[in-house]
Amino acid sequence: MNTNDILLAVLVLIGAPIIGCIASGIDRKITARLQGRVGPPLLQPYYDVKKLLSKDNMVVNPSQNFYVVVYLVFIVLSLLMLVFKQDFLMIIFVYTVASLALIVGGMSTGSPYARVGSSREIMAILSYEPVLILYALAIYLLTGTFKLTAVLDASSPMLMYTPLIFIAMIVVLNIKLKKSPFDYSTSHHGHQELVKGMTTEYGGPGFATIEIAHFYEYVFLTGLIFLFWASNPIIGVLLGIIAYLLIIVIDNITARVYWQWMLKLSWSVLLIISIVNIAFLYVSGVQLA
Amino acid sequence: MSLAKSPWIIHVNVNSCNGCDIEVVACLTPLYDAERFGVLNIGTPKQADIMVVTGSVNYKNVNVLKNLYNQIPDPKVVLAVGACASTGGIFHNCYNVIGGVDQVIPVDAYVPGCCPRPEAILDGVVAALSILEEKKKGNIKGKEVKLKGSEVPSNA
Repeated sequence: MNTNDILLAVLVLIGAPIIGCIASGIDRKITARLQGRVGPPLLQPYYDVKKLLSKDNMVVNPSQNFYVVVYLVFIVLSLLMLVFKQDFLMIIFVYTVASLALIVGGMSTGSPYARVGSSREIMAILSYEPVLILYALAIYLLTGTFKLTAVLDASSPMLMYTPLIFIAMIVVLNIKLKKSPFDYSTSHHGHQELVKGMTTEYGGPGFATIEIAHFYEYVFLTGLIFLFWASNPIIGVLLGIIAYLLIIVIDNITARVYWQWMLKLSWSVLLIISIVNIAFLYVSGVQLA
Repeated sequence: MSLAKSPWIIHVNVNSCNGCDIEVVACLTPLYDAERFGVLNIGTPKQADIMVVTGSVNYKNVNVLKNLYNQIPDPKVVLAVGACASTGGIFHNCYNVIGGVDQVIPVDAYVPGCCPRPEAILDGVVAALSILEEKKKGNIKGKEVKLKGSEVPSNA
């Protein structure tokens, strides 16, 4: 740990929620424009979080407060590990702990809506986790190590060798950002059959913490897309932005599906195209230069 | 100012004829677009600031209304939308009707009309915002409303 590392960590801790907040605002603005509305101001997510922090904290049981903090801490930790080019497999595990904290928090309330949302989120983890692991495997086959240093220092983009995994990762991004058609564990539209899913029983500062963690999550997930073209950071960032905008458009043109549908999609199509990609990497034996 | 910029409402229908409910939902349509003021129709009371109540209260749903009111974290504001929610409306002397919402929980703003136009409802929400800010400033907490049995009293 030298001074530069600490400065970078502080920059990420402060900068990521700002970027995530603006990304969330752009999402709501684009959604409103696509529906022919004016839409909220760009900084609306910031106003929401500020308001939620000023409200009373009302929880069913005190352990809920613990779970939201675990969720936030592990999301931030996985983002920091990504920025510091750590072990990719480890990043996935840390990120999964964050998702589990939210599930356990939802389950602990006993509210039927939170329980339904939590069980659906377990199904979501079941569908996207194999694809993420295969993504890690592709990085290993290409560089000979799970460390991200090799990917980030390479001079050629990874997308050239992993186009099918890239397509699978777009769907994983869709599932993880909880956008339609996979928005059934919790949704931004609260007046539905699910109410707010996993986050139904959170209010005030607890829900604000979840929102802030979502801001970090936006940056983390687009960071995973960025890795596909890490050799040129500008193209990598553009790739992340395009993927994010694509997710917003998909969110607006699709309706929610059954969770069975998603499980079938990911365990058949996504898994098969990922395995085909892995087989290609294994047989051809290409290395990321 | 933070509260006034993102008021999240929970819409509660206590025995309404659906006329007011349609007008409340009309506020969210592209024509009126309440979201441009940051208004979101949030389904859960735990995240709501403004409780929009439509319909006259009766003995069957009075406890649901009290329960939802108790679950909203402070500061909170109750907005009674429509003639029924304000006074009981044409149902005021029905055998099963208690009356307006203010008979059960404290109401901060009324939107009269049968049914009120979406503009009037938006106006009511804007009026509720300043009350919300005052409550935050004065640290005024809503008292917990005690639940009672839902049986019809003998004098009804």
